[in-house]
Amino acid sequence: MTSSNIIASTREVYDFHGGIHPEEMKSLSNQTPITKPAIPPKLVLPLQQHIGKPGKIIVEIGQKVLKGQMLAEADGFISAALHAPTSGLIESIGDHPIAHPSGQSDTCLTLIPDGEDRWCELEVCEDYLALAVNEIQRKVTEAGISGMGGAGFPTAVKLHPPKQAKVNTYILNAAECEPYITSDDRLLRERANDVIAGIQIVASILKPKECLIGIEDNKPEAILALREAVFGTDIEVCVLPTKYPSGGEKQLIKLLTDKEVPSGKIPADIGIVCQNVATVAAIYRAVRYGEPLISRITTLTGMNIHQRGNVEALLGTPIDWLISQYDYRPATKNQRLIMGGPMMGFTLMHSDVPVVKTTNCILAPGKKELPIAPPAQACIRCGLCADACPAELLPQQLYWFSRSQELEKAEHHNLFDCIECGACSFVCPSSIPLVQYYRHTKGEIRQHKADLLKSDQARERFEARQLRLDREKEEKDAKRKARAEAAAKAQATKKAAGESSAAPSGDSNDPVRMFEPKSSEVSQQEANTTPEIETVDLEALKLAWDKAQSKLDKMYDALEDAKANNPDNVAKLTRAVEKNQMRVNQAKLAWNKASETKAQPLKVETETTEQITKIESVDIEALELALGKAESKLMKLQSALDNAKPEQVEKLTRAVEKNKGRVESASLAVNQARTSTKTNNETEIELPDLPALELAFEKADSKLAKLQNALDNAQPDQVEKLTRAVDKNKVRVETAENAVLAARAMLAKTVTSTEAGDS
Amino acid sequence: MSVIVTAILALLGLAMAFGALLGFAAIRYKVEGNPIIDEIDSLLPQTQCGQCGHPGCRPYAEGIAAGEDINKCPPGGEATIHALADLLDVDAPELDAEHGEEKAKQVAVIREDECIGCTKCIQACPIDAIMGSAKHMHTVIESECTGCDLCVEPCPVDCIDMVTLDKGHAAWHWDPPKPGHIIATDKPSRIEGVSI
Amino acid sequence: MSLLTLSSPHSKGPQSTSNMMRWVIAFTIPGLIAQTIFFGWGNIHNILWCSLVALACETVILMLRKRPISFYLNDYSAVVTAVLLGLALPPFAPWWVSLVATSFAIVFAKHLYGGMGYNPFNPAMVGYALVLVSFPVAMTTNWATPAPLLDGVPSLAQTLSAIWSGTPLPDGFTGATPLDFYKNEIPHSLSETVRENPIFGDMFSLGWEWVNIAFLSGGIGLLLLKIIPWHTPVAVLLGLGIPSLLLGHDADQTTPLMIHMLSGATMLGAFFIATDPVTSCTTKLGRLVFGFGVGLLTYIIRVHGGYPDAFAFAVLLMNFAAPFIDVYTQPRTFGYDKAKRGPKTRGES
Repeated sequence: MTSSNIIASTREVYDFHGGIHPEEMKSLSNQTPITKPAIPPKLVLPLQQHIGKPGKIIVEIGQKVLKGQMLAEADGFISAALHAPTSGLIESIGDHPIAHPSGQSDTCLTLIPDGEDRWCELEVCEDYLALAVNEIQRKVTEAGISGMGGAGFPTAVKLHPPKQAKVNTYILNAAECEPYITSDDRLLRERANDVIAGIQIVASILKPKECLIGIEDNKPEAILALREAVFGTDIEVCVLPTKYPSGGEKQLIKLLTDKEVPSGKIPADIGIVCQNVATVAAIYRAVRYGEPLISRITTLTGMNIHQRGNVEALLGTPIDWLISQYDYRPATKNQRLIMGGPMMGFTLMHSDVPVVKTTNCILAPGKKELPIAPPAQACIRCGLCADACPAELLPQQLYWFSRSQELEKAEHHNLFDCIECGACSFVCPSSIPLVQYYRHTKGEIRQHKADLLKSDQARERFEARQLRLDREKEEKDAKRKARAEAAAKAQATKKAAGESSAAPSGDSNDPVRMFEPKSSEVSQQEANTTPEIETVDLEALKLAWDKAQSKLDKMYDALEDAKANNPDNVAKLTRAVEKNQMRVNQAKLAWNKASETKAQPLKVETETTEQITKIESVDIEALELALGKAESKLMKLQSALDNAKPEQVEKLTRAVEKNKGRVESASLAVNQARTSTKTNNETEIELPDLPALELAFEKADSKLAKLQNALDNAQPDQVEKLTRAVDKNKVRVETAENAVLAARAMLAKTVTSTEAGDS
Repeated sequence: MSVIVTAILALLGLAMAFGALLGFAAIRYKVEGNPIIDEIDSLLPQTQCGQCGHPGCRPYAEGIAAGEDINKCPPGGEATIHALADLLDVDAPELDAEHGEEKAKQVAVIREDECIGCTKCIQACPIDAIMGSAKHMHTVIESECTGCDLCVEPCPVDCIDMVTLDKGHAAWHWDPPKPGHIIATDKPSRIEGVSI
Repeated sequence: MSLLTLSSPHSKGPQSTSNMMRWVIAFTIPGLIAQTIFFGWGNIHNILWCSLVALACETVILMLRKRPISFYLNDYSAVVTAVLLGLALPPFAPWWVSLVATSFAIVFAKHLYGGMGYNPFNPAMVGYALVLVSFPVAMTTNWATPAPLLDGVPSLAQTLSAIWSGTPLPDGFTGATPLDFYKNEIPHSLSETVRENPIFGDMFSLGWEWVNIAFLSGGIGLLLLKIIPWHTPVAVLLGLGIPSLLLGHDADQTTPLMIHMLSGATMLGAFFIATDPVTSCTTKLGRLVFGFGVGLLTYIIRVHGGYPDAFAFAVLLMNFAAPFIDVYTQPRTFGYDKAKRGPKTRGES
């Protein structure tokens, strides 16, 4: 049937180790030309159909888009764009099951076609070979092209070879070694010219020394078509003997150039670039006609699809719809839908997953086709797997290590060089699912390494924290010592100063003016002492307090005196008396606080202690809330305890005790806060921060409004939760409101008093 | 008589020769410190949670080197027990339930509405994975949190939850194949819609 | 519709374990026919009797281990063990010798290690070695004289009564094997004298040579069907042939090459016993080393040891070494410059 003269390769073809010869089953689907199905009722477009970062969405829900319009742009260098396969409306953006062996969901855009199939404006370029390199790169990037042979690597990255790596060989992968798949076969038979034009475009960027197309000898018509198309160019068509997996990138490179890509490196490191023919055809369409990647040729095969063949499916076509268009008759039991070929394809968990850029085949095997493997028997160490492995590994050793979870040994035996081609499982006489073991173990090793990294980080942070705590402790001790010395010194000097300042207080013509400079002295001292509460300068504080008290007494005397003798001074003196009263109380309070905090062991840093004391004095509402919560929790637990089963009693009793303790400490905190606030209010130390309180009130109010809105629009199961939240926030709003009003009142009072005082 | 003397001399000579060799080796190839502690520490999960009874993972590693049981670490779970058993050449016992149970990886999440900014959780976190300061919002740095649970107790308003993370399909990997349902039945398994 | 979830690959090659085992049994038939022609019904009877014992033992053990019986019996591994024992044991060996050998092989050397695929030692050879050491008289005096030297092979009835009731056969039906004879006689005779003994026949060893040639042809069949790799049998023959060639040049001192190669269990061992995949090496270079070791040890034990045919011990000794050989003969993986031979060292990535 084939003319061996035409088929024979003119170039020497090497060999790779191993490989198998499964039944090809290509004639099931390569007899008919590519057809185009109708536009499906909806298109589901996953954001990630390639290796690298998913695209960034640039359209909105409800937006009308044209065919070929960009829906998501590439995010970074290793990423690809996404375009609308037809004109229509973006219905939603959300999670949808995607074509992945895990069956999980991912972000997808759902497009409802409007049936008009209107193109957006396209950048047609007739003289494409004269384009500049960066122009071509831009067009390819914007067309969203990624590898269509199965891996999905963004093509634009391959078209940016690093300057230091010269490209010697540009290889086109037309091998299509996997059984059943015929999409590249038909593509080459019908659109070989597109492929050759695309090769020329890429070659103008890469400028390789040679271009080779590797194709297996079971596609004689495609080889013929290629030879016709390359006539006149210097592209070579190399025919390979049919063997699985010749189409694996590393194996193909070995076949054509006898070079092995070193482990861990990519072909570009040895001067080779390898691309699938479908990708290259898409590059041509993008550069010449401006068409982005919106469809791909997919083989529909397997005995359960009765109109088998190749279709040009729009990306995003749901697979169940697609195969139903081609007379899919599902089996009654043990039904499988495989995306990909029988060797490397994965079974779909949901049949409505969409066609993506890497979907080269959908296989619906019939009852007797691809029978399910019998239960695995024991490994008899026959070594057939090692004979078949194209990566020259020892699959049975990897199997033993995977089973016994010896991850280090498996990695040492080069587990990560496995390309998961499935040749070992195919030949295994005991039907052991070898590839599944390797996939699992690879995942375990990766997770193990990630865990190790994380635990190393945690250890570093822990040690850094220990260092920090130790250092702080040292600093604190040093400071304490220094303060103690300074305090002793200050005490001595104060004593001396105090005696000398006693003299001038005696003479006075204007009692008020006399006191004011002194009061500033006192206030300065107080200012010095108040921020350093925790340095336990009790003596100094007591001293200040005594002084203030004595001054106050003197002023009272002056006031009485003035009332009797100097009526026009009375007002001034009254005001001065009030001020000093305030100062005395302040000093007293400072001293009280200092003695309190001295009693409690200090656990935290300088600033936080001060702030904590401030917090305790102000945040009563929070503490009351906490108290309320603790009490309610305690009640709940106690009722649970009453109704509990015997084995839970102990646990619940313990919980009840714990919560009782919590309630007690919470109420204690609240009481303390209340008393301190009371003293605060009496002495009017802090003028309430009105703007802050107002802001808090506004915030609470708006939140309440939002929650009520949500409640109105909520689904029934959320109603209860939202009602509770609404109530909680109502309480908050009220409290905030009260705080604001109280603050306003207080401020008004002080204003009037100062006004009154000033007159 | 001379035979006995010869024998004794021979043995003495051998003993001295070997003793000298051993002594030389002990000095020349002496190892500083106890490297086994570092090796044990590298196997522990570094959550620094204290569930083993020690204030951190390194003190527990030192304890193991001194002879403690190796089954006290719940976050490490069975994998850690086996790894330690391999390293130390001892049996691998079951996880000691007294110290807790093995749970899936969790992280702490602060419900920010309820946080009062008291910094108690910040002080409790053994690896400083909580960001914030007094009277300011506290938040857990998710990528650093090891799920040790120590911050939940001190919180006065009980606003910290332990949540199991779902990392999506990027972190998914295949399950190992089940060995086939061939125990105690005489027929191969009949598979219907069940993943193998 | 609920869909099945399976891991790829979804198609399966034609080979299966029970298939391979059946082929192994099938290719022993030429050798069995030769044995029957020259030595009578003993071997056939032993094969049947050992198979029965093997299957019975395996059934009992599987019941004790709570495993499905037909699933495990269908992999034919017990039958292969029984066949090999039946071929290797002397034709007139008493029934209890075969019983002990087979049951020990199946129970101890196979199932107590975990069943097929988990045993480190070749079960048939373990059974053989056990009875060789435990019942030396029964094992050395029950070899048959080749048929051309008698009027006819013993009848079936005679064979059965010899095996089952212990009735001694008429003198002459049993005799020494050629290897045995040569080894015992050559210290005090010249080789020409020794070779005149009729058991050596016209060529090398009467009867035995044809048996070995038949096993050789069966082995070649296995090679062509790719059931066994060529490395092991070729290496065994080289390991046995090279020393006997080099050191056996003086036929007056040691047994010559061709008698070594075509007597005793040489071909049976090289193609059917040493190639047992479970107990031999997995790497190609490893198989060469293993096979050569088996051949060499066989030569050494035959010449310098106390047993005339040493195949069993040679195989068992090399079974000990097989995992070690594997570690040091790993092949180079695609994409690497050199093979990673040896165990993983600490600090290696």
